[in-house]
Amino acid sequence: MRKQKALIFEMGRAGRCGYSLPSCDVPEKPLDDLLPKNMRREEPLELPELSEVGVIRHYTELSTRNFGVDTGFYPLGSCTMKYNPKVNEEVAALPGFAFMHPCQPEHTVQGALELYYNMEQHLKELTGMDRFTMQPAAGAHGELTGLMVIQAYHRHRGDHKRNKVLVPVTAHGTNPATVTMAGYEVVQIPADERGNVDLEALKEAVDETTSALMLTNPSTLGLFEEEIVEMAKVVHEAGGLLYYDGANLNAIMGYVRPGDMGFDVVHLNIHKTLSTPHGGGGPGSGPVGVKERLIPFLPKPVVDKKDDQFYFDYDLPNSIGKVQSFFGNFGVVIKAYNYVCMMGADGLKQVSTDAVLNSNYLASLLKKTYYIPYDRIRKHEFVVSAKPESKKGAGAGDIAKALLDRGFHPPTVYFPLIVDEALMTEPNDTESKETLDAYARAMEEIAEEIEKDAEKVAAGPYYTVVGRLDEVRAARNPVLRWQKE
Amino acid sequence: MGGHHYLPLTDEDRREMLKEIGVDSIEDLFSDIPEEVRLKRALDLPPAMSELEAIKHLNSLAAKNKHLNNCTSFMGAGVYDHFIPSVIKHITGRSEFYTSYTPYQAEISQGILQAIFEYQTMICQLTGMDVANASMYDGGTAVAEGAIMGCGATRRSKALVSRTVSPFYRAVLQNYFNSRGLELEEIPLKDGRTDFSKLEEMIDDRVASVILQQPNFFGLVEDLEGVADVVHNHKGALVVSVDPLSLPLLKAPADYGADIVVGEGQALGVPPSFGGPLLGIMAARSKFVRQLPGRIAGETVDSEGNRGFVLTLQTREQHIRREKASSNICSNEALVALAAAVYMASMGPHGMREVAEQCVQKAAYAREKIGALNGYEPAFAGQYFKEFAMKVPGKPEELNQMLLQKDILGGVDVAPFYPEMENTMLFAVTEKRTREEIDVLVRELEGWK
Repeated sequence: MRKQKALIFEMGRAGRCGYSLPSCDVPEKPLDDLLPKNMRREEPLELPELSEVGVIRHYTELSTRNFGVDTGFYPLGSCTMKYNPKVNEEVAALPGFAFMHPCQPEHTVQGALELYYNMEQHLKELTGMDRFTMQPAAGAHGELTGLMVIQAYHRHRGDHKRNKVLVPVTAHGTNPATVTMAGYEVVQIPADERGNVDLEALKEAVDETTSALMLTNPSTLGLFEEEIVEMAKVVHEAGGLLYYDGANLNAIMGYVRPGDMGFDVVHLNIHKTLSTPHGGGGPGSGPVGVKERLIPFLPKPVVDKKDDQFYFDYDLPNSIGKVQSFFGNFGVVIKAYNYVCMMGADGLKQVSTDAVLNSNYLASLLKKTYYIPYDRIRKHEFVVSAKPESKKGAGAGDIAKALLDRGFHPPTVYFPLIVDEALMTEPNDTESKETLDAYARAMEEIAEEIEKDAEKVAAGPYYTVVGRLDEVRAARNPVLRWQKE
Repeated sequence: MGGHHYLPLTDEDRREMLKEIGVDSIEDLFSDIPEEVRLKRALDLPPAMSELEAIKHLNSLAAKNKHLNNCTSFMGAGVYDHFIPSVIKHITGRSEFYTSYTPYQAEISQGILQAIFEYQTMICQLTGMDVANASMYDGGTAVAEGAIMGCGATRRSKALVSRTVSPFYRAVLQNYFNSRGLELEEIPLKDGRTDFSKLEEMIDDRVASVILQQPNFFGLVEDLEGVADVVHNHKGALVVSVDPLSLPLLKAPADYGADIVVGEGQALGVPPSFGGPLLGIMAARSKFVRQLPGRIAGETVDSEGNRGFVLTLQTREQHIRREKASSNICSNEALVALAAAVYMASMGPHGMREVAEQCVQKAAYAREKIGALNGYEPAFAGQYFKEFAMKVPGKPEELNQMLLQKDILGGVDVAPFYPEMENTMLFAVTEKRTREEIDVLVRELEGWK
């Protein structure tokens, strides 16, 4: 049943046509009169030639070789793969949104500005921050924007010695990478035995060179930082700022807000928490919210309102400038806005309630079979350590492949780094108890199979469209494009 | 009265689950949050809407906007009103694609991985580059990351950017450079094109990247012959931002010596969406592959020898390399890249070329007609692709206001970005415009004032 799929370049035939265009109805001139000869392409383009049905069949077959949230359970940790409501896709595709040009005069885009304005009010309330920019196009882009704002704040005050950003060992890899992008040095802070940031180590690390602490709370271990109040105090007293990575906001909506915990800057991943689809890798959207004292440094423009007219305010002399060519991923913000409208305050709190309930429930089922370090009440996710199974011959990556054969998308594997053979599991709010029960049974079966025949498990998967793929070979001998033979 | 239709747990489920966990109440699950920071009131958000109410609300907002489907548009400046074949939304609307995450589990993600691999190949075919990545956020961030790649590869910290590069992109570039402590200087323009004599004066052995745009912001085709030699003589990298739809007619950047090719891919079948999501294109010569930011799909084999695809060269990336990564990007614009790939597959070499030719012909027709009117003249002599800068007899804002009365979205005013160019507008004319629409525009311009 396994077979490889032809590449689009291996299909089609010269002369086959997949498009339909009106003929050119203006008087035509020789191209040589219109374009400089020395800048003209000489060889014709090399692209496939297919009929429309050929294109549709190719991509439809590809889609059947892909697994999405609509296919099944997707407990990928820290990615919040919840259901993506269909109505969101429909409203975002309305021509009055999708076909607006970013250079249109303000009075022709009042509906869009009103949406941005309303969304900002909602995000402010949700997070306890004072202003938002929607410009960042993804979570990591939000991180970079947030650090740029923090940097501009310190520089504006003439405080030029703050060249370090503190990042806990449990942080997503994007955090340290962002720190470097923003020209800062990373200082890594260890975790204590309860899985919290080690408060003593934090106290030792902060000083007059500390620009900020970047924190994900709850952390990638799914644990709420119990000492958050003290941590905020320590960083603030040293003159540093607190950055909130919103990747895990799905755990706490309506219960606690980053702004009330002492955070100065927050980014949200609205393609996680606020239900917009992830598109196989994007587009996302990463709005950034700040407290009052950082507002002057936000990217420009911001959206404001005067006498019932919405407008772009470019008059921000201390703004960092721009992080995206226009105003951010508007098409994604529409979907998240629709979700917030449909959930309301009670609905969003119920989302976090059910996300946390599902996570604790699934963890209590799995801990009958697997080792779960840092065993305490957790938030929206938890981390299984497959170290014992690994010693028997099948580790986290092999368990992941065994899950594929049972129709589940696996958890995030080998992350966070402080747990050996990690399976970071986030069951989120849109999953039923029956689904969690079935997943737990599958995990039990896999554990039994490892007992019996670990080698067999380590050689999986068996029922996917391709067998285990050789990642080492791909990296050693990179083939990154098709080439005509 | 049931629960919310996106939340499957029933109250009975919740009771059973709490029992299994071994706690008495939901509150117990949140007992780890310090009392003093808890939110002790309900969130102050508008009451929840039903699906029907939400649709009505969103429709009422959308109805307040003008857009390219109820106006005739001559706006460009990086985002264009090109024809989008119907097939695209049917493919990107397949939920196996759009509801999936980044393809970490390759065996169940062959669909998106192969589609990305094919997209990378098509971008290489267009640009003549050896490798392309799976996408960047947009043209502006692609330009910024392309310039930073040059710095990484040459271990230098200075770039030169032409003033004919889109001001939208230069704003992002400037900000990225400020933050990272890199130095950026602008190469002046002369008659709407890069003043290459100034480039020769400005370039030295400290310059990592030289960033140009083809066609440039004013729609003019720059003469880039010999420019790469100037850059390479100083061991710098030539970064060129392109409109991919110009490449069926214009030289592939590889053929005039570009090292890194970036650009905005929205023209490839992507709706303008008020400026996002767009599509950042990123491609390079193979010697830069280790500096490439973002995801790259690569070919490999499975345990039975079948061809398959995985995300590869991940040691460049943040989740492995952390602070030593080539960039922090992880989520990109994968679904938009898929749309662009479906566009290129549908149009094929001939359709792409036909679109490009119609753009050139129609823009030339419009330019000639408008340029012949009293008070109007092309801002710059030279040869254009699909948009052109035109001097107009009055304030662009007022002109656009007049055109809007006729449901025409006029040109983009360039003065906010080039203060020396008063009363100058950028008109874009794509294959979608008909002769009649252009003639109506010309009549309205003629009758103005």
